Amino acid sequence: MSGPDVALELDCRDLPCPMPVIELARHLGDVEVGELLAVVAHDPAAAVDVPAWCRMKAQDYVGEDLADDGAPRYVVRRLG
Amino acid sequence: MTGPAPGVGDLDSASSAPLHPAAREVLLAALDRGYADPRRLHRAGREARLLLDNAREATADALGVRADEVTFTPTGTHAVHLGLLGLVRGSRRGDTVVHSAVEHSAVRHAVAWGARAAEVGVRGDGRVHDGDLVEAAASPEVGVVALQSANHEVGTVQPVGELELPNDVPLFTDACASMGRLPLPSGWAAAAGSAHKWGGPAAVGVLLVRKRARWRNPFPGDDRIDERSTGFENVPAVLAAAAALQAVVAERDEVNTRHHALIDVVRRRVAAEVPDVEVVGDPVRRLPHLVTFSCLYVDGEALVTELDRRGFGIASGSACTASTLTPSHVLEAMGVLTHGNVRLSLQRDASRADVDAFCDVLPGLVAEIRARVGM
Repeated sequence: MSGPDVALELDCRDLPCPMPVIELARHLGDVEVGELLAVVAHDPAAAVDVPAWCRMKAQDYVGEDLADDGAPRYVVRRLG
Repeated sequence: MTGPAPGVGDLDSASSAPLHPAAREVLLAALDRGYADPRRLHRAGREARLLLDNAREATADALGVRADEVTFTPTGTHAVHLGLLGLVRGSRRGDTVVHSAVEHSAVRHAVAWGARAAEVGVRGDGRVHDGDLVEAAASPEVGVVALQSANHEVGTVQPVGELELPNDVPLFTDACASMGRLPLPSGWAAAAGSAHKWGGPAAVGVLLVRKRARWRNPFPGDDRIDERSTGFENVPAVLAAAAALQAVVAERDEVNTRHHALIDVVRRRVAAEVPDVEVVGDPVRRLPHLVTFSCLYVDGEALVTELDRRGFGIASGSACTASTLTPSHVLEAMGVLTHGNVRLSLQRDASRADVDAFCDVLPGLVAEIRARVGM
C-alpha cells in the first residue's frame, strides 16, 4: 500500500492491551532518529494509547492508517 | 462477624459508599414504620406517607430545591433516563441531545435509546469545550443539552452553571458523581443523583425537575403520589437516603477539605514516585475525593488484582477490566493513556495513613507488574 515510508512495522494484531505499546517501546531503538516505526494492532486501546505514549515519551505521533490486510496501523516518528 | 471492618482499604467510594451511620438507625426504624402503601388512608398508610413526605422535604432542603421538584426513582441510572428523556419528550424543538463526550454511560444509553446524539469534545483535563457546546445547542434540531456536574471517572468539575444556552434549550445535568458532596450547580431544568454514592442505600435515585421545566414522562405513567414516579415506593430506603444526604451536606466542609488535601497527596506522591505515570483530570477544580492516573506498560487488571491482594480496592477504566472490553470512553475522549488505569476515590473517614499506605505500596507493585513483561 502507499503511505508513509515505515522503516519497521510491528505485528501486534493478536496482542491484548497494553502489549502493543510495550512492543512499540521495546523496538523504538531499532529505527534511526527521524525514521518511522509502526504498530499494527486490533486492540481498541491502541488508538488512544499509542498517541498518549508518544506524548509521554516525547515521540512524534504521525497518525493512523491501515496495514496491508486492513488492520489498524499506528505510525510513530522517532525523535530521540 | 469475622474479617476486617466494612470499608477498610476500600478506595472506591465513587462506585459505592457504605451506609452512612446517620442512615442506619433511620433505615431500621423505617423498615418497621414505613412498610405500608403511602396512598392508603388507614393508619399504617398515613404513617408511610408521612415518612415519604419527610424524605422528600429533607432531600429538597439538603439540595436547595423545592419539595415538589424531587422524585425518588429506583436507581440513579433510572433518574438519568427519566430526567433526560423527559426533557426530550417535552421539547418544542428537535430530539437531538448535545452532550459532552465524557458523560456517564447512563446518559449515552438514554440518548442512544430515545434521542439523537451530538457529541462535544473535551480538553485534556476532561473539561468540556463549553463554547462548542453552546454553539451546537443553537441548531434548531437540538432539544436538550446534557452536561454532568462533575466527571465520575476523573473528577473534573464541568462549567454547568456558567453555560449561556440559547433561549429555550433546557439543560439536563447528571449530578450523580457530586450530589451531596458539592452544592448543585444552577441552570438545569432536570438533574439526577444516586443515593449509594453519598452513603444512602442502593436502589434509590433522585430525579429533580424544575417547576417551570417542559418535562413529559417518556415512560408509562403510574398512579402514585408523585406523578413522575413509577411503582411502589421503597419508603424506608428513601428516608434513609435523605438522612444520609442531610448528614453528608452538614459535614461536607470538613470532609471535603480533608479529602481534597488527601487527594493532593496522592496526586503528588504518585507523580513523584511512580515512573512513567500520568495523573489526569483538573488538579484543582475537581471532586474532592477522587483521582485517576494511568501507568505506562501496566496491565490494568493485574494492577486491580494485585492491589486487592494487598487490601486496596480501586476501580479501573482500562479495557481489560471493563465488561465491554473497550477502554473508558472518558479517558479516550481526553486523549490520555487508558491502560494501567487506577481510579481512587476516598471513603468518608479516609485518613492520611490510608493514602500513605496506598502510595507506599504502589511503586513496587507497578515495578513488579512491569518486570513481568520485561519493562
